[in-house]
Order: sequence, then structure tokens, then C-alpha cells
Amino acid sequence: MTGTLLSITGLTKAYPGVVANDSVSFDIGESEVHALLGENGAGKSTLVKMIYGLVKPDSGTMTWRGEAYAPPEPRIARATGVAMVFQHFSLFEALNVAENVALGMENPPPMRDLARRIREVSETYGLPLDPYRTVGDLSAGERQRVEIIRCLLQDPKLLIMDEPTSVLTPQEVEILFKTLRKLKSEGTSILYISHKLEEIRALCDQATILRLGKNVGTCIPAETTARQMAEMMVGDTLQTPTRTASDGGEVVLDVTGLSVASSNPFGTTLKNIHFRVRAGEILGLGGVAGNGQDELLAALSGEAKTTSDTIKVKGKPVGRLGPNERRKLGILAAPEERLGHAAAPDMSLTENALLTGAIRKKLLSNGFVNWGGAEDFAKDVIKKFDVRTPGASTAARALSGGNLQKFVIGREVLQAPEVLVVNQPTWGVDAAAAAAIRQSLLDLAAGGAAVVCISQDLDELMEISDRFGALNEGRLSDIRPAAGLTIDEIGLMMGGAHGMEVAHVGEEEGAEA
Amino acid sequence: MKTLTSINPVFVIVVVMVGAIPLLLSGTEINPVLLIASLMVAATPLLIAAIGELVVEKAGVLNLGVEGMMIVGAIAGFAISVETGSALVGALAAIVAGALLSLLFAFLTQFALANQVASGLALTLFGLGLSALMGQSYVGIRPPAMAKLDLPVISDLPVVGPILFSHDPILYVGIGLCAAVWGLLKFSRAGLVLRAVGENHDAAHALGYHVIRVRVLAIMFGGACAGLGGAYISLIRVPQWTEGMTAGIGWIALALVVFASWKPWRVLLGAYLFGGINVLQLNLQAAGIAIPVEYLAMSPYLITILVLVIMSADKSGAPASLGRSFHASQ
Repeated sequence: MTGTLLSITGLTKAYPGVVANDSVSFDIGESEVHALLGENGAGKSTLVKMIYGLVKPDSGTMTWRGEAYAPPEPRIARATGVAMVFQHFSLFEALNVAENVALGMENPPPMRDLARRIREVSETYGLPLDPYRTVGDLSAGERQRVEIIRCLLQDPKLLIMDEPTSVLTPQEVEILFKTLRKLKSEGTSILYISHKLEEIRALCDQATILRLGKNVGTCIPAETTARQMAEMMVGDTLQTPTRTASDGGEVVLDVTGLSVASSNPFGTTLKNIHFRVRAGEILGLGGVAGNGQDELLAALSGEAKTTSDTIKVKGKPVGRLGPNERRKLGILAAPEERLGHAAAPDMSLTENALLTGAIRKKLLSNGFVNWGGAEDFAKDVIKKFDVRTPGASTAARALSGGNLQKFVIGREVLQAPEVLVVNQPTWGVDAAAAAAIRQSLLDLAAGGAAVVCISQDLDELMEISDRFGALNEGRLSDIRPAAGLTIDEIGLMMGGAHGMEVAHVGEEEGAEA
Repeated sequence: MKTLTSINPVFVIVVVMVGAIPLLLSGTEINPVLLIASLMVAATPLLIAAIGELVVEKAGVLNLGVEGMMIVGAIAGFAISVETGSALVGALAAIVAGALLSLLFAFLTQFALANQVASGLALTLFGLGLSALMGQSYVGIRPPAMAKLDLPVISDLPVVGPILFSHDPILYVGIGLCAAVWGLLKFSRAGLVLRAVGENHDAAHALGYHVIRVRVLAIMFGGACAGLGGAYISLIRVPQWTEGMTAGIGWIALALVVFASWKPWRVLLGAYLFGGINVLQLNLQAAGIAIPVEYLAMSPYLITILVLVIMSADKSGAPASLGRSFHASQ
């Protein structure tokens, strides 16, 4: 480390009601990989948006190689040498790769030259990309390549990466890390935001930990255990979910030959899916986003109908039934998209509780709503699942992601389902809330329910599932007992067509992951 | 399936056009050359308004006020050209009037974050009322004529002359506009930014583009085009002023943009198809053909939409952020 690239002093930003950053200070050295750690809502995103010029700080200063740095807008930040890969990709699905790259550059060369440079750079860094493909047709890993190439073409001095690995297979993560190490060796500094602690330990030189907008400590990740870092993030000791092994219940959910076309033009068609889940069992389904997860949840919840015998619950065919008829039989679901799918954003928690709980909680009589009962149910969920909210009349939109997620999962769990299907139950949720949600799923299974947990978080699936399968392009891999699966085996189950050169990288480097 | 849909539109248009020829010849006094020349005149207001709306929708804004902006452009252009004695000054005034009225829509939807559908409908109702008020003293007057293109020799050529080289300048502006919009959207950086804003306004904002500025400019361009299209009706096509004289062309323009899958050349094709059938049915009415007038009068609307529906079956290219309000939160 030769010197300091970017020095941040006393940066503060307040929004009405929240102090997102409270005099945060830290330094990023030249060719250093610096981790920014913190739970959701700790202020990481606001902080990097200030560095990238999207948000203006209320007070505090930044210094870039000894000179004052206060970018009024992203183009100034880019001109200085800051590039950013966003958490939710800032890509345009209907445009092609080259057009997407051009949009992120100040003075893009003509399209033909740009396409050639994209090919060159993408091959140099081992991230092959065809510049003329439409982004809507790319996998999540390929989309991230587009974002990274867009940054690399501008020759950045500081590359900001916001949760880059949340959508990647383990092999893709390895390729990404190789690229980042190569960049570092060429003198680029990287600010790496993540809450995957093992990744940070493998990659980063320094870490700054934020909690509730304040800098609560720094550490050298390689010399700190994941548990210590997690406890610094949470500010408390962390509880690991506990499970009681159970086996040999009757088959509750039986899916045979499920094939469903997607309702979304960029979606995935499910192809001939078979699986069974017994009472008391958790089936974990992994796979990279966009490989049929949403479609599978829709088919199981009743949003998408199939032929009658395809899905059976305790021997009863339910394939043709809609969501409410299935709820009556005890099949409940919690979809991935919290706002707009699992919950109606502008309706209160009471109303949202009623929307899925009306049938099993008997909140309707003769077509009239029992509002008192609905409110009691909502309050029950809020209390048992520790949802932090002023009350049951708050609009769903006003809750933070983690709190709403606890509400959405709690609402289904407290209806005592026979079968519960959840998609990404802890996506974007902080560590403590995620542990609570996982524990509730384990408890539910221990009580005799069959649980299907679809997730992209492999650590989560390994922690709670009894058996594991992976979705790939709408097909389901063989289902295997989760205990004893290695990361290589999982990667191969998930990989399928995404593999290609990924496979040999996995052999070389899989051991250290 | 893919080849079927890609052949279909061309096939259908050819069938319609070929089917029209015997009908055409049966009405003895109809001259095909004049028919094509007047088809282009009939199509121009629709073409110009639809190209403007295409740009607005490509930026992710749905402005249902096209009809209102057209009628205000029609009366503003008419009034100013009567007062100044120059049709060209009138056309410029119509452009300004349409753009000004669209600014009202831009303010409501981009700054006050009002619902775009409701604001657009309100704009149409407001425009119809405003134009009736402005036009009270202009009923029954003839506007000054606009000079037509008159190239020596070339304009006098048989067939080609009347069809291609002896129209008013705005007709050529309309075709030029179509080509320019196509080229800009496809090849220029400004066009790329405009499409990006319409496709994903959050991402465009994150990359540092000014979503609201781009959209306001697009809305003003759409308003200017609608105003010019309206003035074309009152100054050249009819030419006189009557209340409500745009007669739903603004709505057809909106439908045309959707069914043309947001592609400028298809808009041109659809507009000419609509104009052609419109002129043809008027001629057939005049020739006293034994089809009830009502069926003839509805035929341009029906056939245009039918053809464009078939054409749009291949891929709907709707901008993904169309009709959604943008607010830069945090």
C-alpha cells in the first residue's frame, strides 16, 4: 500500500426521520480492497451514493489523492475515476450489451469500436460477453459482467461494488474474485459491500463496519473470524438457528411431471419437475435467479394452474385449484417480491394480514369482514415475529425490507400451514432477522409441516434444508440429502449450461471456498 | 409461427391494396394518381402527430392529450395565419401552441407527479373547450393558402410529378420527421439516452441522466408535432375552421403508435394506409357505390387497426417504464 486514495471525514447525511450516515470517517488506500460491512439500513448504500455523486452529504468532506472531492453528479465522479456496480443492476433489458455499456460512459466511441473494445476487455479479464446480445436474454451472472465491463472501460481508480455476489453461483463468484484480484494487482482500489462474511475474509484487506449509520469499528478480515465480524455488525451476540432432526413423516406434497409456461416474456418455462416433500421436512431449492423460481412458486401457490394430478397434497389432486382453494387445504406461499406480490404496498398491515389470512383465520362471515379479528391477527404476527412498526395500521410500504419480510413470513407461518412454499425468505434482510425467519421455518417443520424453501443463498439452504435440489433453466436437478454436500457438488447441480469454462475453475479453486 | 407473422403484414397490405384496385376502377371518374396524391395529404396530420407521440412514449410517458393538442394547434395556426396572412407563420404558431399546452401536461405529470392517464384525458377535454372558445370569430373564413412545391419540369412529369413533387412543404416535413426520428433513435447518443429513460428510469437516474429533463423535452416535442398536425388539417387539408374538426385523429395517432410497435416506419405505413382508405371511401361514397355510408366511414379505422394488430403480433416493444411516474427518492 503506497498511500491513501480516498479519505472520508465526518460524512453525515440525514433523511426526514432517519440519520443514514452519522459522521462516518475512513480511508481507502491505493490498490486496496476495502470492505464495507453492515446490516440492511446501516447506511452502506447512502455512503457509496455520496462517493458516486448521486447524493449530496449534509456535512463532512472527502479527499481524493490529497485534493478536495465533492462530486455534484455521477459524471464528475466518473471523470475523477470512480466507477460503481449497482446492487440492483442498472441495466436496460430491451437494449443490447454495447448500448448498455455506452450509456455508462462519458464519451463512448462509435458502436463498432466499442463492440471491439468490449470483446477485448471482456476476454482479458475472463468475462466473455457478446456485445450485440439483448440484456433481457442474459443470465444474472452475465448481466453483472456487463456492469463490470462498463466500469472497466473507463479505467477506474476506485471500483465500488454493492453486494455483487448475491446472484452468482459459487463458480461465478470465483471468476469474479479472480477478476478483482487482477484489478487490484494493476493498482485499482475496490470498495466492496457485502454481508457475506466468508467472502470478505477471502478477498478484502481492510474492513469498515457500519451500524445504524455510524462507523463502529475496523478490522483486518483475514485476522478476524466471521462470527466476530457478525457480532460487530449486529452489536449483540448472534443466535444460530437450531434444528431438531426429524424424518419419516408421510408424503404431504407430491409433484409429478410439472411443466408450466411462464407468464412473463423474459421468464423461464418449467420442464417436467418431480419432487416429494414429507411432513416435518424442509426441501431447499437453490439455483441462480431467473431459472424458474418465480414460476415454481406460482405453480405451487395456485397462481398458475396446471393439470389436476400434477400436484397432490396428502393424495388429493390440487393442480387446478386457485390460491384461495389451496389455502383452504393448508397450502400457503410467501413470494419473493415483498412489495406488490407478497404485500400490497399502500394497504395497512391489518389489510395485508386479511388478504391471505381471511380463509384459514376465518375472518369473513357472509361476505363481511371481521376487522377486529384481522387486526388481532396482524398484531399477533407483529408480536410473535418482532416486526418493528408503529402499529398494525401502518402501510406495508413504510416498513423496512427486513421488517416487512418478517411480517410476510410470519403471516403465513401463524396460519398453521400443511405446506409452506417460500421464495427468498431472507433476501435483503439483516443477519438477526434472517436468523429469526430461518428458526421459524425450522420450528414449523418440526411441528409437522412440509416446507419448500426456494433461495439463492446457499449458506441458508445448507443451514435449514434436509434435502437439496437446484433449478436450472426450468429443470430440477436430482434431489440429494443436504448433509455432506460439498460446494463443488452444489455448483455442478446449479451449473448446467452456465458451466462452460466455469467447471475447471471450480476444480482449481473450489477447495478454498 | 415466426415466419407466419413476418409475412402476414406485407401479405395483408398487398391484399388490401390489390383488392382496392378493381373497386377503384369501377368508380369511373376516380383518377389513381390524384388518389395517391390526396392520400398523402390525408395521412400527414396523423403521421406528424403519431411521430411526436412515439417519441413521448419512447421516453416512457403516455400522453393521452394528443387530440387536445392537435385541436389547439389547429385553431392557433388558423387564427395566426388569418391575422398575419401567412400560412407558414400560422404553422409555426401551431407548433408553439402545441408545445405550450404540452408543458401543462409536463408540469402535472413530471413535477406534481399526477396520474398520466387522467392528466392526458383532462388535456384533451381542456384543448377541445379552449379551441372552441378561441375559434368563435373564425368560423366560415378561408385561411391564406400555403405555396406548393413547384419545380420546373419535374413537377410537371406525368404520374411522378403530382405524387412526389407538387405538395405543400409540411407534407415533406412530416416524412422528413419520420426519417429523422428513426435515425436519431437508432444511431444517436441522444436517442439512446431517450430510450434508456423510457426503458428503466431508475437505472438511467443511477447513471446520472436527467430523467425529468429528457421527459419534459420529449413531451414538448410531442406537443409541437401534435400542434403542427392539427394546423395541417385546418390550413391545408380542409381548409377552414370548425369546432372539433380533428375528429378523433389524435386518438388514432395514439393507437397507431402502439400497433406500430413504436417503430417510425410502421407509423408511416399505418398513417398512409389510414389516409388511403379514407380517401378511397370518400371517393366511393361520391361514386354512389351500394354500401351504406356508415360502413364506408368506419372502414379506415377498422382496417388500419386490423392491419396494425396483425403486424404487432411479432413482438411488443413497449418501453418498460411507459406510464410510470419517476421520483428520485434518496
